[in-house]
Amino acid sequence: MENQDKPDNESSISFDFTDRVKKIKLETKMVNVYYGDQQVITNVSLQIREKTVTAFIGPSGCGKSTFLRLFNRMNDYIESFHLKGQVFIDETDIYTNEIRVEDLRKNVGMVFQKPNPFPKSIYENVVYGLRIQGIRDKKILMEAVEESLISAALWDEVKDQLNKLALTLSGGQQQRLCIARALAVKPTVLLMDEPASALDPTATAKIEELIYTLKQDYTIVIVTHNMQQAGRVSDKTAFFYMGELIEFEKTDEIFINPKHNLTERYITGRFG
Amino acid sequence: MANIETERHQLKENIIEMMHLVESQLTKSNDAFARQDVGLAKEIHQIESRVNALDLSIDKMCENIIALHSPVASDLRFVLASFKIVSYLERIGDHADKIARYVRKKQIKKSYEKELLDSVRFNEMFETAIRMINIAIDGFVNEDSSLAHKVFTEDVVMNNIYKASCYQIDAYTSDVIPNLDRILYLFSIINKLERVGDLCKSIAEETIFYTDAKIVRHQKIKKPPG
Repeated sequence: MENQDKPDNESSISFDFTDRVKKIKLETKMVNVYYGDQQVITNVSLQIREKTVTAFIGPSGCGKSTFLRLFNRMNDYIESFHLKGQVFIDETDIYTNEIRVEDLRKNVGMVFQKPNPFPKSIYENVVYGLRIQGIRDKKILMEAVEESLISAALWDEVKDQLNKLALTLSGGQQQRLCIARALAVKPTVLLMDEPASALDPTATAKIEELIYTLKQDYTIVIVTHNMQQAGRVSDKTAFFYMGELIEFEKTDEIFINPKHNLTERYITGRFG
Repeated sequence: MANIETERHQLKENIIEMMHLVESQLTKSNDAFARQDVGLAKEIHQIESRVNALDLSIDKMCENIIALHSPVASDLRFVLASFKIVSYLERIGDHADKIARYVRKKQIKKSYEKELLDSVRFNEMFETAIRMINIAIDGFVNEDSSLAHKVFTEDVVMNNIYKASCYQIDAYTSDVIPNLDRILYLFSIINKLERVGDLCKSIAEETIFYTDAKIVRHQKIKKPPG
């Protein structure tokens, strides 16, 4: 990296008016992540306000997905994973012994790149998390199904076929079903790891509209390789490079007037 | 498909060509006016066709970059600025051509008195305009915003000359035509209204581009009957 390209040791955080009126939902303080001896995240501190959409962008291997998965402790499954620093949700450090990971994941839903519905009916997919919580009341479950499918903009398309096998739905419908499944357990945070990268433009547009609508009730963080998508759906964008947070700004600032040369080179396709 | 770097380079080359053509129109209009040179005035009109052609082709290049490359950051700012710069250049070329038209059509029957031209600082104003376009071109070519800022300083000079000229003309003619400033102001208003008409036409042209995907700019429009 050239001298001028080097980011500050710790990323600076900017605030706008929206920042001041919405409370901090997610926060990291000097986070460093290691897989064995290899450091994959370096000194990342940032704050994400509630009911906003934040996009994480950066080249493959830059650490954005690893960083995203910190917020629901998905990296814990990797044996060599080791964290230094702190990760907070609603001002609570989620990497302390007092935190029950099951409770954390109820609060922090996740949607993956490839739709991954269970080989069960649409209904059973949505109520899956609720059943694990021990909810058996059919009326409560049905209400949750309807509410979640409406929120995921899928209700009108599937309301008459809730017993249909989820795997028979189109890719876009399957992804919205996965979103409905995540919403059913009433999270406050939604993590999305390239949620539309396997979908066609029409299905992608529906997911993007959905993200925009869901922002009213949820704090959303999305990892995407699609620059235009980051521009369309997010309020703020964080650019990662080689495990460092290079720039974190309002999305229109990032895409019109990025402050850092590395950001400019990445988003204009002049990397490498 | 060419990469955006190549597209940007070609776009800039075309804009620079257009800038030099427009600068030459302005410089030549100064000479044509000073010498009442009909031949030179005709040359300015010939350059106008090339300027108009570049205006259309550069617009097309900007459209292609936006449609095919989805530019962001400095690429986006460059294309947006190019769109506007080209439109301003085309208007400067128009003005230079209109100045030359007075010479071409021999509408100015008698040369202006040196005393009058000096009193309104006519030559100084023309020279300032030519200097401004040259500084603006250098700023764009060298991507030097300090030069762009210099244009603002020159514009203050221009504005001062313009404001004073009305009083000077009034003073110069007060013996023959009392209160000429009233008439000058009236003509100024008429001139501005004509510009409003031109700008409305531009809005209509862009609406046609948007709705019908047709470019009608720089095309001769048949006069309405009657």
